Amino acid sequence: MNYFAEAIAWIFNPRHYGAYDGIDTRTLQHLSISLGVVAVAAVIAIPLGYLVGHTGRGRSLAVAVSGGIRALPTLGLLIIIALGVGIGLEAPFVALVVLAIPSILAGAYSGFEAIDRRTVDAARAVGMTEWQIVGRVEVPLGLPLLIGGLRLAMLQVIATATLADYVGGGGLGLFLFRGLKTSDYPQVLAGSIIVIAMAIVSEIVFSILQRLVVPAGVVAGQTQYVRVKSSGLRVASGS
Amino acid sequence: MTWILNNLELIGQLTLTHLATALPAIVLSFVLSVPIGWFANRFHVSHGLVLTVCALLYAIPSLPLFLVLPLFIGTSTRDSVNVTISLTIYGVALMARSTADGLASVDADINQSATSMGFSAWSRFWRVELPLAGPVLLAGVRVVSVSTISLTTVGAVLGIGSLGSLFTDGFQRNIPEEILTGIVLTIALALIIDLLLVGLGRVLMPWTRAKTSGTGGALNPTAREAVTV
Amino acid sequence: MIEFRDVTKRFPDGTVAVDEFSLIMPSRKTTVLVGSSGSGKTTLLRMINRMVELSSGSIEIDGEDTATLKPVALRRRIGYVMQNSGLLPHFTVLDNVATVPVLNGVARREARAHALELLDTVGLDRSLAERYPSQLSGGQQQRVGVARGLAADPNILLMDEPFGAVDPIVRAELQTELIRLQRELDKTVVFVTHDIDEAFLLGDQVVILEVGGKIAQVGSPTEIISAPANDFVANFIGAEKGKRALSIRKTDRGDIVIDGQGRAAGVLVDKITESGVGDRANQYGASE
Repeated sequence: MNYFAEAIAWIFNPRHYGAYDGIDTRTLQHLSISLGVVAVAAVIAIPLGYLVGHTGRGRSLAVAVSGGIRALPTLGLLIIIALGVGIGLEAPFVALVVLAIPSILAGAYSGFEAIDRRTVDAARAVGMTEWQIVGRVEVPLGLPLLIGGLRLAMLQVIATATLADYVGGGGLGLFLFRGLKTSDYPQVLAGSIIVIAMAIVSEIVFSILQRLVVPAGVVAGQTQYVRVKSSGLRVASGS
Repeated sequence: MTWILNNLELIGQLTLTHLATALPAIVLSFVLSVPIGWFANRFHVSHGLVLTVCALLYAIPSLPLFLVLPLFIGTSTRDSVNVTISLTIYGVALMARSTADGLASVDADINQSATSMGFSAWSRFWRVELPLAGPVLLAGVRVVSVSTISLTTVGAVLGIGSLGSLFTDGFQRNIPEEILTGIVLTIALALIIDLLLVGLGRVLMPWTRAKTSGTGGALNPTAREAVTV
Repeated sequence: MIEFRDVTKRFPDGTVAVDEFSLIMPSRKTTVLVGSSGSGKTTLLRMINRMVELSSGSIEIDGEDTATLKPVALRRRIGYVMQNSGLLPHFTVLDNVATVPVLNGVARREARAHALELLDTVGLDRSLAERYPSQLSGGQQQRVGVARGLAADPNILLMDEPFGAVDPIVRAELQTELIRLQRELDKTVVFVTHDIDEAFLLGDQVVILEVGGKIAQVGSPTEIISAPANDFVANFIGAEKGKRALSIRKTDRGDIVIDGQGRAAGVLVDKITESGVGDRANQYGASE
């Protein structure tokens, strides 16, 4: 555990703050890269996911594309883009957006799909327009799963953004790569601890958010809800 | 094409190294997750505990883990065992959850009828619960295998050999063809192993064949997956 | 009045749910569509408010072809009560009832005040107003569903097996309530069920459907019981056997009605005194 103490000391050493390669600068950089990436990915993926979830069309395409992206090694994508556009933030940013899209897309459409079909059917039967069904029923009820998708995307991006500095994109990866090159293991461990801490904080923030956005009626009396649902199975096959 | 043709031997060797690093992690995470998933599903308290620990392990980025692990287990920084062990940890974090979910998905009526027929708790688990949880387990293994194969490439930035070495080498020597070869081969490996798993599932679980091709597995984005890096 | 004219529904997969169906559902009466699964009864119901589009034919409401109306506007003036209530889980009871008036542009405050009155109408305590659907029993949820169906004061109320998922005791309670409501409100009700007893209890006009939306018989419960059109109907309503095949046994204290199993079903009297369900009880209550 000697390394661990040294790493903590490294983190709290005032000399490691302030400069362009300071812990404060790099942490802020890492965080803003991650937030920016997730924001851009969300702008692309949420409308697409809602479209798929609401219409039920293009689902197999969305699943196939997401599956394909999942198998795509982000490191390879990042490097091949970097060969094209040069070193810097552009290549990692694009690669990370690609990485984040499947989780958010899945969160958006699975949030819609998880809603009891009878609820949507009833909303249509009482005369809601398609936009009203989306806005007043599907979006609020699907929010917990969407936040779940954003949470997973954020976790993946925070973790993977450590690769950004491999092509000079900045972020906390610097401490990992520099420490490795100079066999400065306290520095490696310190960088790792900061990234892990950021990931855990993100998990905590999102899990709180996820709880907050569950619509009130869905939390209340959940056991009863299950009972009512299962008793409905008997007659679920009306003509 | 010339680069590929001139380097067939290197490509083949890296593919084998890649598999030798990734496959044990996939198998190990499946084997380890069965008792952990059982434990999680068995008791109310252990359920929350196991899932929390899994979520925490899962939050650890893999590049730091590759680097930090040797400090604890005493291997060299460039040893592929670091990658295998790290990826096993992620695999277990994912699979234990799938296993617990899968076991929980087995109809309580079926368990009771198995008990009433005279199955012991032990034989009921192996002959009724685990097989019936199979489809959920398979979906979990498929996610783990795809992400493990993809994540194995990350070791390359630390000098641990895999198809990812084609990325780093191609970057340093400015050979796009080499990087592309690495990307295509990684995806191909992931898809081949995914297909093998689906085939294995059909052989081992013939009763699931009647249903239309499942929504589960690696291509189902609703399932959780390992963090890239 | 709702008029079906040669209505056909063919689903994209080729199955014909309803073939050349024609029927008049009179105003201010309850028409019950009854049949087993596959008889197309729910499809017929859902074609009225265009939840299902017709393949051919037409449906007119008071002489107006529904095809000329916008589906959303049409649905807002027709009440709809479905199995499992179909309440929005994230709206309170009151907001669920007020949904349609609010969609129609009624001020929320006013809509909620009216919704409170509707809770009285359907026999729900006002203290439940701020609860969520998941906090209610199945029977209470169905009452809220009925209140929501009535909220926009529609002339027509469509009910799709609304009492199918509640237990028999609650179902009997809800059926009695519906009969009371119908007497007070005088709506044109179209009710779908697979339960012939429920059909005879609630229907002024009962439509017995065979597979594919084919009408086996239309008539009042009395007409159907006294003259089943064919073997299918006789079999479906259980005439000549079981509890609907009744005989009279004379005893010292008067005539007793005996069912198919030889059990006493009731006492034969000259005239039913005014009770809960009135005239309908004559045909139905005596056999129960």
